Amino acid sequence: MLAIFDLAFHPALNDFRRVRGAALAIPLLLAFGGGPTGAALAKPDHSVAAKFAYCQDCHGPSGQGFRGYYPIPRLGGQQVQYIKNQLEAFLEHRRKNAIMLNVAHGLDRGMMTAIAQKFHGLDPRPIGGAPRRLIARGQEIFQAGIPQANVAACAACHGPNATGKDQIPRLAGQLYEYVVAKLVNWNKERGQIASRPDTSLIMEPVAHSLTRSQAQAVAAYVSTLR
Amino acid sequence: MREHLPIYRCAAVVLLLLGVTLAGSAGAEDLSIRNCTWCHGTSAQGYTPAPRLAGQRAAYIAGQLRKFRARDRNAPLDKQYMWAAAQHLGDERIHALAVYFSELSPHAAKDGDPAIVARGKEIYQNGLPSENIVACVACHGPDAQGVGRIPQLGGLAYSYLKRRLEQWNEGYSVSGAVPMPHIAGQLSPDKIDALASYLSFVRYARASD
Repeated sequence: MLAIFDLAFHPALNDFRRVRGAALAIPLLLAFGGGPTGAALAKPDHSVAAKFAYCQDCHGPSGQGFRGYYPIPRLGGQQVQYIKNQLEAFLEHRRKNAIMLNVAHGLDRGMMTAIAQKFHGLDPRPIGGAPRRLIARGQEIFQAGIPQANVAACAACHGPNATGKDQIPRLAGQLYEYVVAKLVNWNKERGQIASRPDTSLIMEPVAHSLTRSQAQAVAAYVSTLR
Repeated sequence: MREHLPIYRCAAVVLLLLGVTLAGSAGAEDLSIRNCTWCHGTSAQGYTPAPRLAGQRAAYIAGQLRKFRARDRNAPLDKQYMWAAAQHLGDERIHALAVYFSELSPHAAKDGDPAIVARGKEIYQNGLPSENIVACVACHGPDAQGVGRIPQLGGLAYSYLKRRLEQWNEGYSVSGAVPMPHIAGQLSPDKIDALASYLSFVRYARASD
């Protein structure tokens, strides 16, 4: 499975893409007797494969996530229903993110399931990079919660291996920086339309109760899980 | 007087050794920096077609020098100039050069076409989702400042930016390069023009890595 997706980045395919572009251009020229020149001739490709490759540009060829200027989350192995819910939340301004709002507008709703399934089927190694000294504390919080701060065990909903289920996201192997940024910023990004509450409401009190260093510990722990 | 001579001698030897050591390291460093600035400009602001190095991300400069050394970055001018230039650079020298250039203050080239800057900015900041073109800002940052190994692009020369984007699409330097070859493959010539024009005007305050 992985090998197939890696193929999309094989240098030889650059030539293939150009040849395919030219092949498309010829009938267009014949049909319209001229028109614009260059690669813009090829009509935008709205196939699932092309849109998936577009997602991979940022989220990584195997959906492993990427440390860009902003942390770009891992989608490999992510729950299908969760990915779809988030794309809809971006579209409906319930989840605030300027880049993903644009991206979601470029996807047909009917295509979202297919793309989510492709990411769900990937199982890349975690990209790592979290501070190792935080992992033990994070494991404790993940498995037992922080009773005195009214924080439930993460494992109760996200599962003992943090793989999530349906609407509840997988956290295993997620980027450390991404999880920290989401947890400390929860109520500024999620559930932004009070009249339309969504599942982000469940996490709101938990994110609110976690201190920054506790959020960092949990993020470090889940980032190492496979 | 005579019994003091050995002390003077010792002092002279120490001074001499110190002088040789200082001259040795500074001289060697000056030499390799000067070898860079023949083409990249005396203040490393770039001199077409050699890109500006001043203010570039240290980790990016070091990574590219290693790619030249390994001959993975392989466009015609890379082969002609940079392969030989990087051939004998050790990792320590690469690191020192990268840090040196990253700490120089950059000036924006501002040599693109002002008429298409707005179009370039739109593509850079928002992408073109309907055409499967991602927003450059996600990785290169709001002021095109880059981060870590991801290059700073703001204020580089129009011609350099344009050629780099074209070269991905021509199959150069694609070994191990993810995701730029695929992203550049989605860009038509007019979009490359607009992006390169916009970026040539972007100014940023140099931030430490």
